[in-house]
Amino acid sequence: MSEPQNLPARTGVLVVGAGEAGVRVAASLRELGHDEPILLLGDEPHPPYQRPPLSKAFLDGTTDHDTLALRTPDFFREARIEVRTGRPVADLEIDDSGAGSARCAGGDTVAFDHLVLATGARARTLPIGGADLDGVCTLRSLHDAETLRARLARAHRVVVLGAGYIGLEAAAVASARGLDTTVVERENRLLSRVSAAPLSEFLLDRHRAWGVRFELDTEVREIVGDSGRVQAVKLADGRELPADLVVVGVGAVPGTELAEKLGLEVRRGIVVDTAGRTSHRGVFAAGDCTVLPHPHLSDELLGVESVQNANDQARAVAAAVAGVAPPPPAVPWFWSDQRDLKLQIAGISSGHDSYVVRSSSSGNDVTVLYYREGALIASESVNRPKDFMAVKRALGKDRTIPPTAAADPDTLLKDLIIDRT
Amino acid sequence: MPKIVFNSPDGSQHVVEARNGSSIMEAGTRAGVPGIVAECGGALACATCHVYVADPFRDAVGEVGDFEDEMLDDAEAERTAASRLSCQIPMTDELDGVEVTVAPEQ
Repeated sequence: MSEPQNLPARTGVLVVGAGEAGVRVAASLRELGHDEPILLLGDEPHPPYQRPPLSKAFLDGTTDHDTLALRTPDFFREARIEVRTGRPVADLEIDDSGAGSARCAGGDTVAFDHLVLATGARARTLPIGGADLDGVCTLRSLHDAETLRARLARAHRVVVLGAGYIGLEAAAVASARGLDTTVVERENRLLSRVSAAPLSEFLLDRHRAWGVRFELDTEVREIVGDSGRVQAVKLADGRELPADLVVVGVGAVPGTELAEKLGLEVRRGIVVDTAGRTSHRGVFAAGDCTVLPHPHLSDELLGVESVQNANDQARAVAAAVAGVAPPPPAVPWFWSDQRDLKLQIAGISSGHDSYVVRSSSSGNDVTVLYYREGALIASESVNRPKDFMAVKRALGKDRTIPPTAAADPDTLLKDLIIDRT
Repeated sequence: MPKIVFNSPDGSQHVVEARNGSSIMEAGTRAGVPGIVAECGGALACATCHVYVADPFRDAVGEVGDFEDEMLDDAEAERTAASRLSCQIPMTDELDGVEVTVAPEQ
């Protein structure tokens, strides 16, 4: 794959983006018997790879490059899926049907009958001084992870900006290496965007027990350096946290530039329906570049950055392109690994109006069940896999678990599942 | 490289070579074996790589881990004595020729 390869002059389906969503669109099309040529164009130099381990097992060194590969070269060859990496698309033209042509950076063009945008997202950066200093890292791509892994090996003092999943996973890896680790978060608790307070508290206690320090409710003023190298993070109150490595984990920005050029509706991400159709009936999108209708809040759109969402949107897109019935709706789910903690999340918790906490007397686990108008909508579990599996199953069947009974941590949730009233 | 024989729910059989140390799930998904979803990529978070290990290899694949045990209890397809999450079985030369049947629901 290292030799630059010319683009074919034309293809049936052009998938822009060779991550989880793009690969799944192509693979699903073949599983559905779609026989037209398929071309995957990736902007990164690597063959398609899995992103979740980058902040977990790859970062801590327990997973290598080979394990990251999404598919073997043989798979793509046998499935007749053309893959070109290191080929960012510069421009697209489409007609009313959605057919058109793409021009890659460098000038090659390819004509297509169907267009799928799977352009992913990039790490959000901070609009503050010093954000471009050597030693300030984001964590999104394989390149990012390789850089960060190498720097962790010689870092002493790590400051993580942001207490979301990426920030906490990075802090878990850094603290496990025995590094002096501080997390700075603008909100007053961890995972504030997605989780209820009891889960935030549980994770805060565990990270503190690992030696991680937290500066919550704290803004960063600038990142301070010397001779181009990071030296400290300066907080809004004037204090400086010394650092030789800063990890910026403040979210992701959907890759919408091509969609915007095409005049597609973009509201933070590319707006799609449940079939992955954009505002142009003939153009599809899937994965982290999209926003979709919120399952609980009417008129709101939701970006769901997860492997599950990428895969399920991609399957829906493949079905629409192939002209077959859409797959049944799937339950959103997500996971995170932080040292000996496994977080498993089912459903979408935003929009909840109450919650129930289950925790064993050991204090080593917790589940938060989220409810809206009395019905179960989501759960977050730490080291309680049976709770996660039960909630995922209940949500998949559009059923619920009564909140009063759910509070007893010794009752199996799967025995409490009932129909929604 | 040791080989794995996958029997997929659609009736197809696939023989896949695996690197030593990579899991049965990894070898199967990268080769595109139908029926293995493996959404979490081997993080033991989803129970969507459930397989039934053929008798002769039941002992050789090792014991079910505690977390795996809890996940398997609630997997979509029926759990049997042959059930394993294939992400938890690293390949070795001793497992050359291991035959697994992919669970019908994941």
